[in-house]
Parts: sequence; structure tokens; C-alpha cells
Amino acid sequence: MTPSNQHDEKKPFPWHLVFFLGPGLLIYVVFSVYPLLDTLVLSLFNEQQGQSHFVGLQNFITLVTDDTWSQAFWNALGNNFKFFAIHMLVQNPIGLLLAVLLSSPKLRLSGTYRTLIFMPTMLSVVIIGFVWQLLLSPIWGISENFLYSIGLGQYFDAWLGKESSALITLAFISVWQFVGIPMMLIYATLLNIPDDIVDASVVDGANSFQTFWHIKLPLILPTIAMVSILTFVANFNAFELIYAVKGALAGPNFSTDLMGTFFYRTFFGFQLQQGSASMGAAVATLMFLIILVGVMLFLFFIQRRIQRFQF
Amino acid sequence: MKLFSRFIPSSRMRQVPKSVTVHAVLLAYTVIALFPIIVVVINAFKERRAIFRDPLGLPDSDSFTLVGFQQVLLRSDFGLYSWNSLVVTILAVGLVLLLGAMAAWALTEYKFKGNLLITFLFAMGIMIPIRLGTVSILSLMVNLDLVNTLTALVLVYIAQGLPLAVYILSEFVRTIPKELTEAARCDSVSEYKIFFCVILPLLKPAMATVAVFTMIPIWNDLWFPLILAPGEETRTITLGVQQFVGQYVTDWNSVLSALTLAIVPVLILYTIFSRQLIRGLTSGAVK
Repeated sequence: MTPSNQHDEKKPFPWHLVFFLGPGLLIYVVFSVYPLLDTLVLSLFNEQQGQSHFVGLQNFITLVTDDTWSQAFWNALGNNFKFFAIHMLVQNPIGLLLAVLLSSPKLRLSGTYRTLIFMPTMLSVVIIGFVWQLLLSPIWGISENFLYSIGLGQYFDAWLGKESSALITLAFISVWQFVGIPMMLIYATLLNIPDDIVDASVVDGANSFQTFWHIKLPLILPTIAMVSILTFVANFNAFELIYAVKGALAGPNFSTDLMGTFFYRTFFGFQLQQGSASMGAAVATLMFLIILVGVMLFLFFIQRRIQRFQF
Repeated sequence: MKLFSRFIPSSRMRQVPKSVTVHAVLLAYTVIALFPIIVVVINAFKERRAIFRDPLGLPDSDSFTLVGFQQVLLRSDFGLYSWNSLVVTILAVGLVLLLGAMAAWALTEYKFKGNLLITFLFAMGIMIPIRLGTVSILSLMVNLDLVNTLTALVLVYIAQGLPLAVYILSEFVRTIPKELTEAARCDSVSEYKIFFCVILPLLKPAMATVAVFTMIPIWNDLWFPLILAPGEETRTITLGVQQFVGQYVTDWNSVLSALTLAIVPVLILYTIFSRQLIRGLTSGAVK
């Protein structure tokens, strides 16, 4: 009587299938799958005087080689890789450290620490951007006074306003906000490591660092890989933080421009340059390809090499 | 482990300073995580002079003021923005849960042509961000005459939330014993009744997890409100705060109060639901 046993010709039209799957699939296809495919197609066209015609890969060639476009494009792409690198080098190690500490056996208040450290992750990126803009503001001087009080006052600078430091500062703000995600996911994996494996290594005379390095770390590598790919997708899609703190122009002098803000400006236009749907679509397509390549690399190389341990 | 530590006194001896270090590091990071938020919230209740003279002090009877909040409520429609956000979030999350559960059930329970393709299609959506389709979404909304409506946001957020919902709920549907549905079929209960009366109630705990994961990005989103519904009438709270702060950037009382108004409700809700959220995150729902 299970539907799978029925033959096609005998089966009445599966109305229940349409009922269960139809509405969700319809909304998903119309508002997500179709726009994405349509964007890919649109990137091959160009509109002039309200008429669009097929131009092949011309939009991409313009983006990558044209004097005015390519500079902005490569700048945004380079910045985006810097932004990602800082997340990988700072956010994930701190998240790992916090997760290991939180999972120490018989730790009191671990639930409280967990809840409080995760708090900033819940808030909107926009709000966090404004909060840090105020805290780092030389006018208010909170950070400056704090640095003076610990003897580092001379190092204070208007970090967000300087071309050399704005992007790094924004990356650190983002790291500060999202460190809770690697922490939580790694913590969950650590909790799932059975006690007897750890006990066995203790009995064999391993100290806690050896236990971590040889027993726990290999077991949490798949989670770290997962966190890395989530970070990658989120970073190459980032927009809000830059837009909130620095506006669509990603100042000073485009030094904080990421793919997200570049996409927004290309699509909607800014200052004297007019917005263009097809060039916007071309930028979105490149972002799509970058994310796709990242996800594929993750699936085919990292995920396949690292064995998943099921307990 | 308990047995062993009883017999190895040296490891117990070492535990005392170690746990102090652990607490010190965790406490230090907790302060780093909360300090910026606390500074903004306490200064929202202080007079301008006090904000600059003593930014770390708590408001006292001299410096306490609500003028920032009055300004915010006077100059912008925070009530409306919050209401818009609430309507959009509740409708989108509710529909993601219902449609997601229905789709997850259909994809895991019934074998049919295209099942694999549709499952794959949904899976792609977990990794590929919907905002990459913004150019076409906007022209679609223009054609449907839905620009500057909350409906546009709800539709996009449903499409955004469905992939993860279908994935997590499918995992849960698989754990439901087959006997349950087969027994119902033997009693010739209809497929609809099986889903709504037997399966849906069993999915409640998983749906709570999905609800939290879906809700946060919707409530916090700036991109789609900015592009699809920037009008005064349909502004969400995140966009409202962004526009307000951008406009009154030099009025410290107003800016701090606007940020506080955006932060505090989320933190209250988070404190209430944090147990649920953390259980969802740590139960391996996201792998």
C-alpha cells in the first residue's frame, strides 16, 4: 500500500504530492531558483536605450579588463580575500580556543559563558557596525581612554577612517560579532566525543595537550572545515557591515569595498555613474562562481579526505 | 573517568589552577563580548554632558534622561518599523515551517520522478545565497507590482528560509518509525490526515530549532528591505535604525537610544529562547 509500490499506469494522479510539495516548491523556484538563473542569463546581455541585446561574455571582459571597471573589481575582490583571511586566522582559532575551554569537564557556569559570548551574534550586523563606530570614534574617546589606561594610548588612531586600517578594523568587528558560531559548532562536536576515547589516552599517559592534539583535533576537523566554508560564503556575500559603517562608497577611497558593496553600487549606481542591471548581474554571477568554486573545493577535497566519525 | 580521577590524585591537584585559568579566559572574553553593548545601552540613558565626561559611569539622578528616546520616537516611526518587522518575521517563519515541513514530508516519504532533483535543488539553496539573484528579484517584484510591500519581503524570506528548513526537517522525518504511518494507512486514514495529525505534532521540536535559525537572519536583514521595501510605510526596524542613525549621526542621545531600542528587545527574546537555540545548535541540526 505504500505509494512506492504502485505502478505508474494504475496510480491515480498524486494530488497529495502536489498539495504537500507544490506551495513550497513554487515559492522557492519563483523567488530563488528562477531569479538566480535569470541573473546568470542577464549577465550575458547589455541594455542600451531600453533595448537589451546579447553580448556574450563582454560584460565579464569589461569587468576584468576595462580601465574604470577592472580597478574597482580587483580592488573589491582583493579586499574580500583579505576580509576572509582575517576571519580564518582570527575568528576560527579564537572560536576553537573558547570551545575547548567551554568543554572542560565539570566547568561551572559553562552555560552562562556560552549564552553571553554568543549574544553579539544575535544582533543585526547593522547595529553592531554602529556600536563599534561609536566606540572607536575619536570624538567619544572611549577606546582612546582605555588604551591610555593600559599604557598603549599612543597607538590609538581613527582606525575606521584611515585607508590603511579601515578594512582590517571592520574585519575585526565582524570577527568579534561572529566568533560565537565557530565556538558553538566546535563545542557541540567536542561534547559528542565519547569519554572512553579520551579516557583511553589519559590511561596511556597522554597529557591534556597531547589528548587535544592527537585525539580531539582530528575529530573536530570536519567541523572546522564546515565552519570555514560557512565563513567563506558569508564573507563573499557580506554587505551590511560596510554599508552601515562606511556607506555604499566603502570609503575611505574604496579601501573597504567588498564584492557585496561593489555589486550594490554597480546595480544601483552611485555619484555620476548610472546603475546597470546587466553589469550588476555580471558581478552577481562572478560572486556566484566564486562561492560555487569554494563550496565545490570544500565538498570534493576537504570533505572527502576527512573521514567523518560517527559515534 | 570519575573512577580514574579518584585513583590519580595528581591530576586532581592540577585541576585547581587549571580551572582558574579557564574561568579567567572565559570571563575575559565574556567581558569583551558584552562591553560594547553595555556601554551603548547605559549611555542611552544619560545626558549629553555625562556621555562624554564619564562614558563608563552608570546614569545617576543628575545625569539620567530619556530625551534620546523621546527624540527617536518623535522623529521616526519606531512603533511602525517594529510592527513591520514583527509581521514580516512571523508570517515568513510560520510559512517556512508549514511549507518546509510539508515539502520535507513529501520528499522523504514518497518516491516519485524528480524527487532527487528537487531534493538537490533545495540543498543548493543552503549554500548559494539568495541575494545573488537580487537583480531579477527586483524586476520580478516590479512586474508583480509588489515593490514597497511587506508581501515582497515575506515571499523572498520564505524562499530564503525553505532550503535549510527542508533539510533539517527531512532529517527528522527520517527518524519517525515507518510503522506509525503504515498502521494509519492500514486503517485507510488519508495522506493529509496522516501528515497533519500524526507527523506534524512529532516535528514540533525540530520546528522550534528551524524557527530560531530562520527568524534571526530575517529580523536582522538590511539588504532586502533596502532594495525591495525602502518606503516609509514598509520600513523594517533594521532599515529604520540604519536610516535614522545615518540622518542624526551627530545627535548622540538619539543615536544611542535608537541603537538601544533595537538591541534590547532582541536580547530579551534571546535570553528567553537561548536554551532552545543552543540546544538546536549543539544537537547537530547543522552539520
